[in-house]
Amino acid sequence: MIKFFLMVNKQGQTRLSKYYEHLEINKRTLLETEVIKSCLSRSNEQCSFIEYKDFKLIYRQYAALFIVVGVDDTENEMAIYEFIHNFVEVLDEYFSRVIMFNLDKVHIILDEMVLNGCIVETNRARILAPLLILDKMSES
Amino acid sequence: ALSPGLYLGRGLLSFCSSVKGGKSKEAEIKRINKELANIRSKFKGDKALDGYSKKKYVCKLLFIFLLGHDIDFGHMEAVNLLSSNRYTEKQIGYLFISVLVNSNSELIRLINNAIKNDLASRNPTFMGLALHCIANVGSREMAEAFAGEIPKILVAGDTMDSVKQSAALCLLRLYRTSPDLVPMGDWTSRVVHLLNDQHLGVVTAATSLITTLAQKNPEEFKTSVSLAVSRLSRIVTSASTDLQDYTYYFVPAPWLSVKLLRLLQCYPPPEEPAVRGRLTECLETILNKAQEPPKSKKVQHSNAKNAVLFEAISLIIHHDSEPNLLVRACNQLGQFLQHRETNLRYLALESMCTLASSEFSHEAVKTHIETVINALKTERDVSVRQRAVDLLYAMCDRSNAQQIVAEMLSYLETADYSIREEIVLKVAILAEKYAVDYTWYVDTILNLIRIAGDYVSEEVWYRVIQIVINRDDVQGYAAKTVFEALQAPACHENLVKVGGYILGEFGNLIAGDPRSSPLIQFSLLHSKFHLCSVPTRALLLSTYIKFVNLFPEVKATIQDVLRSDSQLKNADVELQQRAVEYLRLSTIASTDILATVLEEMPPFPERESSILAKLKKKKGPGTVTDLEETKRERSTDVNGGAEPAPASASTASTPSPSADLLGLGAVPPTPAGPPPSSGGGGLLVDVFSDSASAVAPLAPGSEDNFARFVCKNNGVLFENQLLQIGLKSEFRQNLGRMFIFYGNKTSTQFLNFTPTLICSDGLQSNINLQTKPVDPTVDGGAQVQQVVNIECLSDFSEAPVLNIQFRYGGTFQNVSVKLPITLNKFFQPTEMASQDFFQRWKQLSNPQQEVQNIFKAKHPMDTEITKAKIIGFGSALLEEVDPNPANFVGAGIIHTKTTQIGCLLRLEPNLQAQMYRLTVRTSKDTVSQRLCGLLSEQF
Repeated sequence: MIKFFLMVNKQGQTRLSKYYEHLEINKRTLLETEVIKSCLSRSNEQCSFIEYKDFKLIYRQYAALFIVVGVDDTENEMAIYEFIHNFVEVLDEYFSRVIMFNLDKVHIILDEMVLNGCIVETNRARILAPLLILDKMSES
Repeated sequence: ALSPGLYLGRGLLSFCSSVKGGKSKEAEIKRINKELANIRSKFKGDKALDGYSKKKYVCKLLFIFLLGHDIDFGHMEAVNLLSSNRYTEKQIGYLFISVLVNSNSELIRLINNAIKNDLASRNPTFMGLALHCIANVGSREMAEAFAGEIPKILVAGDTMDSVKQSAALCLLRLYRTSPDLVPMGDWTSRVVHLLNDQHLGVVTAATSLITTLAQKNPEEFKTSVSLAVSRLSRIVTSASTDLQDYTYYFVPAPWLSVKLLRLLQCYPPPEEPAVRGRLTECLETILNKAQEPPKSKKVQHSNAKNAVLFEAISLIIHHDSEPNLLVRACNQLGQFLQHRETNLRYLALESMCTLASSEFSHEAVKTHIETVINALKTERDVSVRQRAVDLLYAMCDRSNAQQIVAEMLSYLETADYSIREEIVLKVAILAEKYAVDYTWYVDTILNLIRIAGDYVSEEVWYRVIQIVINRDDVQGYAAKTVFEALQAPACHENLVKVGGYILGEFGNLIAGDPRSSPLIQFSLLHSKFHLCSVPTRALLLSTYIKFVNLFPEVKATIQDVLRSDSQLKNADVELQQRAVEYLRLSTIASTDILATVLEEMPPFPERESSILAKLKKKKGPGTVTDLEETKRERSTDVNGGAEPAPASASTASTPSPSADLLGLGAVPPTPAGPPPSSGGGGLLVDVFSDSASAVAPLAPGSEDNFARFVCKNNGVLFENQLLQIGLKSEFRQNLGRMFIFYGNKTSTQFLNFTPTLICSDGLQSNINLQTKPVDPTVDGGAQVQQVVNIECLSDFSEAPVLNIQFRYGGTFQNVSVKLPITLNKFFQPTEMASQDFFQRWKQLSNPQQEVQNIFKAKHPMDTEITKAKIIGFGSALLEEVDPNPANFVGAGIIHTKTTQIGCLLRLEPNLQAQMYRLTVRTSKDTVSQRLCGLLSEQF
């Protein structure tokens, strides 16, 4: 299962974090620091999977933003790796500008895609449907 | 195009950007504290806040939290938002609670109430929000409140698809946290049928739920196998346009495929032929697609395709039943090993590691050895290199062990510090496991110490000592090699330990060479003494006293060293005590006593390598078990480190302050409870023990052990929870001497301990055994020794029986084992040329003189092992005698008191049939029969 989903920038600031298992807040900060440190220290030639404690980190970099997913050993690395990209494409489709001002919507999108540590929806139209309904509601 | 006013409000947006745009951390904190004070005053203010403002402030708190700051208020306002009828307000309330309320919050009851209302609302959006919240919080209180309700929502016919998805994963969460609150029931079969649902999102969610439930309740969910196979088949064979938006860059539903393949890994291969056939077809299709030209050049296409492919390979490995698929999987992974994408190389190495343990694909994996070694040398990513090390370890067998160990050793010189210890352990295990030639093993371990001495743990160097002590064929070589290694100006302390121990035991074997005379050996060791830590110095002191026994000529020198103030008055009590005691011992004891006390160490009991235990601990269970299965360890005892003190077991009864002087110190803890009766028939034996000649039936496993001693002289003959019997023997011409070591494994005394040698009447006229009785009391943890002198009068085919009786606690124990004194022990090897051999072979052509046996191989047919066994059997191994190089021929003479019997033997392996034909020709028919019988059991 997916243990956590992080979006962290190159300066090490967490932009979005979603934990699928409860973790103390101070431990989260610690974990996020370590995670971004281990991602930043890697070059393009290295693989996108890092063994970290008893789980694996799978990460992708988009410009200055890292998306890091922590999973246990029941997940398929390549599937998660590509899932991150799918997530980013959904964000791209919905937002035309910097996404960080719309954190609540990013959360909604992530919640549509991952629920309780499991991939639940990968169909772009279906992921965005609730959000589009919402937009209509608020326009009217 | 942004419409910030809709959700966040302009104020919030500017707040967010002002915080984000802050120049320093201090500025950010200052800004945030100001805002927190503002929000607090708003919440406490007299004026009731409207929904919009409440939402705005709760949202700000959420943002502040997400920046990493602790939030300790605002929960109540968030809960209030839940009962709003406006979606945005409700949604922010739920978001806040999902992210910020942990399982222990006392607010849970209020929240539960709001959720209950939303679940009953029949408004899919509200239901979805409520289910998301349950899943995200997932506390026990929530499980109690909703575990009964959610399965109903999940399987109800009129539930909306999106709600079903949420319900499935919500139930999964509750099952994980409180399985007792989610009882299986009627709903389970209906859940399985969700695999057929039209909506692939529902199938995706349901597959996750079913996979977890099936792991715990395989029977209840058995029907999911055929449904999953047919669903997978429909996806895999669909045209890329069939699945509309679930097709990702021309790959149909990759994530769902992965999940279905994962679900199938909860079960063995399907039994129904139709289902099985369909699944095989799917897997073949997936493998085929990997070879087809890609439908898109985009990397997303190949990534998604490969995700499915890797999962399919996992399933193939899990089933481990279709050789064809396994080999295809291996070839596919082989292609990835050379792929330019690091990710693929990493995953291929990882997958191949599990593939190596399947008997069907082990050979196929081995063909990639060069690529893997190359990866070890050229990969720039340490995690990929580590996978390469793992794979080399997994693919190692006798055929490639030397190459793999050499490559690992050379990699060790440059390896990252983080993985050095693991490589050291792996090299040590492989070197031991696949050593045919133990000189190679000794070289390898010494190299390990030279290259990575700091990472060589105690287990590793204990083990090399155990092996050297137990194998007399390597002792001289080991002594010579450590002596040479110690010449290096700077050698690792671990080398000093191994060197000190081995020279103390076997220094005499190289003392004949003037370059390694006793004095030179001593000076060499002593030159390292002052640089070593206290435990090593203590070990060296023991070596010195052993030298006193081995080499009387250096006694005075060593006594001088022991007498010096730096030893006798050493601040460390252990060193001081050793120096005092050893000095005293060397002064007052007669040579006989010295020789007894400081005798060579008896062989160590064979036990599981403690290195393996260490590696298991390091890597967690499961990762090394495959390799370990082939090991023939009988005992589960894993605490077996050799106690590193050169002292004879016979000192056991001497009260000594240093426990490690007790020789075979590491006595496994005796299990609690009544001591098991030996021989499986203890009770019966007890009843009949009055009758004078009652002999216990042979102990179980005794025959096996007996057979193991045919080709070797030392080792453990018998072991149960109480007693261990070790043997060390030597034979020359028709005479032999056998040392039997009786070890008391318990902490209680054995009383009336009486071992008896029993020869049948027929045997008595053929061999003569002489021995002295042993002390009838054996202390707990102690070992006693008995010497048996053996004389072979004429050829024989029976074996004497060793019967041991003693009292342990209140019970009478009786053990009988066959003593491995066999005719071949009196072999003297004879070298001869091909011509001589066949000439003699022809001379012995009388039908009685030849005995032939054709039999099936019981062990892997390995040339080197076979050679070692024939040599161990006692005959000479004649190279280049037989025209067929695959055959083995041997020659030797059996010595008895009265006659000498020439023996020739020929062993012809047939690899294809896994059979051997053994022919023995000797001048005496009974000898031919016995030798043929003994040797046939060895292969």
